[in-house]
Amino acid sequence: MGNRSWAAWLYAGVIALLAAALIAPAGFGSRGAHWWIELSVLRLLFLICDSTPTPLASRQSAWSPSSSATLAAVVLLGPAGAALVGVVSVFSLRRHLMLAERLFNGAMYAVSGYAAGWAYVALGGVVGTPAPRDFPALIWAFAAAAAVHVVTNHGLLWAALRLTRMRGRPRDRSRLESSLPLLLASDLGYAVLGLLIAALWTVTGYFAAVLVLVPLFVARWAMGQFAEQQQAYSATMEALCQAVETKDFYTRGHSERVSRGSGMIAREIGMRADRADAVSYAGMLHDVGKLGVPTKVLQKNGALTEEEYAAIQLHPMRGLEIVREIGFLDDALTGIMHHHERIDGKGYPMGLAGDEIPEFARVIAVADAFDSMTSNRSYRQARGIDEAVSELRKGSGSQFDPALVDAFITALGRDGWTLPGPAGAPPAGQPVTAQDHDDPTAPLRVVDSF
Amino acid sequence: MTVWQPAERWSSWQDMDSGRLLLLAAAVMLTIAAIAHTAAVAMPAATVHVAVAFGVLIALGELLRLALPGGRQAAPIATAGGMAYALLLYVSSRPPFRELPPQVPALQVIAVTVAGMTIGALPHLAAGRPVGVTGMASRLVAVSCVAFAFRPLAGVQAIASRWWLAATVMAVLAGLGWLVNTVIDALIRADDLGARFGVALGDELRVQWPLGAAVSASAMIIVFATETMGIAGLAVFVVPLLVTQLAFRRYAGIRSTYLQTVRALARVTEVGGYVESGHSRRVSVLAVAVGRELGMSEPDLLDLEYAALMHDIGQLSLRDPIPGGATVLVSRADQQRIAELGAEVIAKAGVLDRVAELVRCQSLAARGSDPGPPVGSRIIRAANAFDDLVGGSADRDRSAAAVERLRLDTESEYDPGVVDALGAVAGRRRASRR
Repeated sequence: MGNRSWAAWLYAGVIALLAAALIAPAGFGSRGAHWWIELSVLRLLFLICDSTPTPLASRQSAWSPSSSATLAAVVLLGPAGAALVGVVSVFSLRRHLMLAERLFNGAMYAVSGYAAGWAYVALGGVVGTPAPRDFPALIWAFAAAAAVHVVTNHGLLWAALRLTRMRGRPRDRSRLESSLPLLLASDLGYAVLGLLIAALWTVTGYFAAVLVLVPLFVARWAMGQFAEQQQAYSATMEALCQAVETKDFYTRGHSERVSRGSGMIAREIGMRADRADAVSYAGMLHDVGKLGVPTKVLQKNGALTEEEYAAIQLHPMRGLEIVREIGFLDDALTGIMHHHERIDGKGYPMGLAGDEIPEFARVIAVADAFDSMTSNRSYRQARGIDEAVSELRKGSGSQFDPALVDAFITALGRDGWTLPGPAGAPPAGQPVTAQDHDDPTAPLRVVDSF
Repeated sequence: MTVWQPAERWSSWQDMDSGRLLLLAAAVMLTIAAIAHTAAVAMPAATVHVAVAFGVLIALGELLRLALPGGRQAAPIATAGGMAYALLLYVSSRPPFRELPPQVPALQVIAVTVAGMTIGALPHLAAGRPVGVTGMASRLVAVSCVAFAFRPLAGVQAIASRWWLAATVMAVLAGLGWLVNTVIDALIRADDLGARFGVALGDELRVQWPLGAAVSASAMIIVFATETMGIAGLAVFVVPLLVTQLAFRRYAGIRSTYLQTVRALARVTEVGGYVESGHSRRVSVLAVAVGRELGMSEPDLLDLEYAALMHDIGQLSLRDPIPGGATVLVSRADQQRIAELGAEVIAKAGVLDRVAELVRCQSLAARGSDPGPPVGSRIIRAANAFDDLVGGSADRDRSAAAVERLRLDTESEYDPGVVDALGAVAGRRRASRR
């Protein structure tokens, strides 16, 4: 808890006091037993939803439809009821929460629930089990309540994040802000569920909660399957790329590191989460085409003939040939194909220059060269990170995209870089590559034919 | 499975199998009866807007079809819309807040469903995608069953006035409707793939039940919510289903990307000159066909397909490619080493342990050890040997000779049951090429 400033504590305290002040004078003595039973059912619904979040779309936003319970309470029980439903968030079954976080969550949901209820009543919404004659007037009051709930909730949360761990980390904040529209959209979707629960309550009573939970839990199941499959997918791809690398003693782990570096750059320049994933995959796969280059060319010690050089230059196309069938973003495919183009137009296979080179390819090129320089090669020891960075800067504008080099260096400064383990000497008798096509400091030697 | 491409065969009626023909005939008869009835009996003016709203919902659902794992297609929103219309009790309407009595006959439900489905399918037709007539017919028959069962009951006061009784009846009927849909889909699929019906039904139930539960619950949500909110808010009712559909879309998407990636990466052995071009793909297609012939279920077939695609991945660790890549020609010890190395690579992923096991055991003889290699490994062994002998050739005599050659070795090397199944599959291929 040491990372929280006194401002954060003060803020949390004020919100907690506000919640208590809103709930306390509500006059619960006058409510009938029926009111309390409905409250308990909605609280149970809130807890079930709140305790089982599922990651949605991107890793940053968890998916918790609990606001549907609060908003149903707005209609069925009024402002005080909504606040009392929100406050059970303190007892959430999510285990990793600390006590201070629990108390703040409870207070935050209570305040936003009360605010939503207040807006609903102010706009003429009728509190209680809705009758058919209340529609459609009720819908407008409810829409306002939902909007107030979403805004209050995110406002309070945003301020809390700003006061605590977000300080001095503009990147994280921008990441949160970039996923904000998605969060708002899903929250409004759950708000609609709140209205549904209230409407169903008129006919089926408590059973409404069960009916609405079924499709939600199926969705949750499918999202869980999705996450599982995605994990399996990454692991399988990594294993297969490792298999491709076993041929070459010195490039083991290369694709995994290039994947990581490409992902770092992508996040640094604020790429959308799904595109950042795609560029990581493309970084992983960028050299699979090397398998199509005859081993004796890769292991040749001495200058390459024109034909041999051409064979090496073909490897991005070979890679594309292999991965073309994968239903990837097209960007990932062009990234693999053009990862050896240069900003000055002297690269291969097409000799594209500047902005003609796809963004993914420019990203991979930086990470690729950096990892090559910081790894051992048969003809030299690994360079240090500082030396490799200055080489990147040297090539910035001629070989690499300057903006991406800067982004990579910033990301390196913050996240650091795991160097490949000391490779030592290859096992005796194993032929190794004598030249590395990725190394910008030691270009491939080609025989001058004329 | 993935090799299955639902073929909409329009070319001639003879090409169409009897099951599909029967289904389409049933759908056409339902459609004719429904349209004739709706034309003859005028729809009460007060229920027209209800019919239109549900028609729009069904059309939307047909437009937003969902691809499920294994090349299946579903239209959960359309199914839920049709079922909800079939299960409708009262509809609140504004002012003077009069509740419409249940005046909707079953045939009208069917007519609205047909109209909605047709309109929703038109954009698919315009975009050149498969129209999916079979799937639509299957959904229509399921909705019709629910409509014929529930419409008479909706008028029974004892049911309509007790929500819990109505809810129970609805849950049972929606479940039955879903079952009808699933059984029809399984019948069609078994026919298309040459799978056994029992196995196909098990696969279908396993894939479809989560969506079936969501569809049934959503249909009931729509029915009860219209009682309070009226028909105007129909858009609101599909939100839970939309969330579910989004989640399923992502799930099915990553499944197919996964398979595509393994297929693509399995080809690195070909690009590297280790095996003949197209070998991995041919072995996997053949292995899956043989597995299906032997009655393997879908999850097992998926493992088998992955294992068959990657069965030669161990060769990457060899310094020099085997001449022609034909593992059938190298020594037993080398075969075993390739299998071990391949299994090691796959096991590194940490999630494909069963696949790794299949690859590891592919070099073992079918007999001579107890309990012997798993059936998937035996299939890969036979399919691999067959492809090494025949290659990409479509020559009939050559493939028949290759099967005979394998049969000579069924004493020890190859599983006789697997070789019989392989012979049957290869024989069918010869017949279809003729």
